[in-house]
Amino acid sequence: MTVDRELTMSRAVVEAIGAEMRENEEVFYMGEDVADYGGIFDSTQGLLAEFGYDRIMDVPISETAYLGAAVGAAQQGMRPIAELMFVDFFGVAMDQIYNQMAKNTYMSGGAVSVPMVLTTAVGGTYSDAAQHSQALYGTFAHLPGMKVVVPSTAYDAKGLMHNAIRDDDPVVYMYHKRLMGLGWLPAPPGPKTPVPEEDYTIPFGKADVKREGADATVVTLGLHVHRALDAAASLAEDGIDTEVIDLRTLVPLDRETVIESVHKTGRLVVVDEDYRSFGLTGEVVSSVADEALDALEAVERVAMPDVPIPYARELETEVMPAAADIEAAVRNVQ
Amino acid sequence: MISEHRLRALYADMVTARYYEERLQEEYLEGKEPKFDISAGPIPGELHLAAGQEAAAVGVCHHLRDDDVVTAPHRPHHVAIAKGVDLDRMTAEIFGRETGLGRGKGGHMHLFDPDVNFACSGIIAQGCPPAVGAGLAAKKRNTDSVAVAYLGEGAIDQGGFLESLNFAAVHDLPVVFVVEDNDWAISMPQERVTDVEFASKRADGFEMAGVHVDRDDAVAVYEAAAEVVGRARDGNGPTVLSVQVHRRMGHFMGDPQSYRSEEDQDAAMERDSIERMEAHLRDHGVDDDAMAEIREEAHERVDDAIEWAKAQPKPDPESAYENVFTNPPSGVTDTEPDFDLAETGGEGE
Repeated sequence: MTVDRELTMSRAVVEAIGAEMRENEEVFYMGEDVADYGGIFDSTQGLLAEFGYDRIMDVPISETAYLGAAVGAAQQGMRPIAELMFVDFFGVAMDQIYNQMAKNTYMSGGAVSVPMVLTTAVGGTYSDAAQHSQALYGTFAHLPGMKVVVPSTAYDAKGLMHNAIRDDDPVVYMYHKRLMGLGWLPAPPGPKTPVPEEDYTIPFGKADVKREGADATVVTLGLHVHRALDAAASLAEDGIDTEVIDLRTLVPLDRETVIESVHKTGRLVVVDEDYRSFGLTGEVVSSVADEALDALEAVERVAMPDVPIPYARELETEVMPAAADIEAAVRNVQ
Repeated sequence: MISEHRLRALYADMVTARYYEERLQEEYLEGKEPKFDISAGPIPGELHLAAGQEAAAVGVCHHLRDDDVVTAPHRPHHVAIAKGVDLDRMTAEIFGRETGLGRGKGGHMHLFDPDVNFACSGIIAQGCPPAVGAGLAAKKRNTDSVAVAYLGEGAIDQGGFLESLNFAAVHDLPVVFVVEDNDWAISMPQERVTDVEFASKRADGFEMAGVHVDRDDAVAVYEAAAEVVGRARDGNGPTVLSVQVHRRMGHFMGDPQSYRSEEDQDAAMERDSIERMEAHLRDHGVDDDAMAEIREEAHERVDDAIEWAKAQPKPDPESAYENVFTNPPSGVTDTEPDFDLAETGGEGE
């Protein structure tokens, strides 16, 4: 039966969280402005009415305390979801994230599990400047012990969230503000998709080929999946057939799908909204070089240059990878 | 007893700050009505306005000199005005122009004016440690300048604040922490997130001074601040000064405030610190015409700043790559000396 019910990405996220909370009363949500407000980025919209303040918990602006409390509750076997309002705020609480949440399973030799989800909003495009616009995908993916999820559509967002909450490991679930479908921050066409009403899980480490093509492989995630699809549509008019791979998760990283595609196209463009150096683009290119150097005829990286994200629209537009930049990169590798 | 001259000066800054926020609101909403799209209109990004919080800004900053340091949070305009930040260049920054304080790179939450030692940060409570550092520098250099960190009541649960209190207290640093209590941390009422009645009580656990001003009255703040700024300047250590203010607008422009009752919003509008200030002025024999004149001057100053800012050039996109560092990436040198180092083998202890 064809699924034709469309949801925004935020509704899809909320649907998965609500379903898991109904199923398991040990699932609860903590964050700033998640109760009455419903999440600044609509991540908990409507959940307070059903679950009340005990399970949709507003917390003090004390990230070290409440993210750490999520770690502690998770180690007691509960399944907390803790929201960091903007990923840029991780700086005030990073120890709980990377030294506690991410390492306790390993340091205990597997004796301890930390089944929690850290949800957080990422990304720019709306002039929120250097402290509220970063993607920081690579930072979290670099540090061992966290699974890292970056959905680009409502369908993916729901299935990945079900998997995240049921997973016995810490999962960092990064949703792009521009994709959530907020009234004040309109989404581009694309993230709003048909979403099945029943629960379903999407495995981590399985990239999704969002568009098949024979001439070039574009590997990306989050908002830039849609920018890459725009670029591919434009390139198709000139007869350039672009494959667009949505990684969907960074940890684990589906190197196999990328390498398989490069074997077909010979040309690789990696697109990232995170900073260029020491990050995702270098990692993907290096992974392909390790396994399929012979197949690789040309490579381009399109990423945020190594500067803090500026405020003025002209400046943010200059540094933020656009569909036109992706298009140019694909042309360059032809 | 406060002088009429001082009262007039406080009032001038308060009405400047209030009118500034009202005018920015107008500019910001241009192109955003009826459908609010954050990317429309002449002012980029988020905008957090401080209408209703003027008393805390002027009451403290009027005790400060240019060499005293102020750090403000994401809601900084009223404090910047009271500290004497260049209004034209601040406005140009908010409009994202090349001649703005930060060349259009910082924006409204990240304003820096080193001429008057003002800075702000968009991360809750993270202006506190740099204020402590400014106090430390003053103490090490044996000057009598002071540092003031502004924060909201939602920030008093943050580690950056609490750790700063301890550091400032243990080193007796000349720092004043001014907590502007507007009752709301975005949508979260104070009683949901903290058990202390008012923020100055945080000082108790650090055995430092705490002073609370329970009404948004600029004169009461000015008098309280005389003591606490004086204590810092005289080398007698830090203070937490909390001030009850009120939030007349949303947390940010576009905030639907659906979590906030109409009674609460109405009550905030009634607690107007500017009307209270006008009553003080009348008591000192300043008549309504004289007040109207002060307001008119303030409005003209703000209108001029906005007009100037909007006429400023937009930044050159290439400038996005400048100012990451002060020195070149190579540091202070681009050459390395050529020593004749003996080959020792690096063995032994």
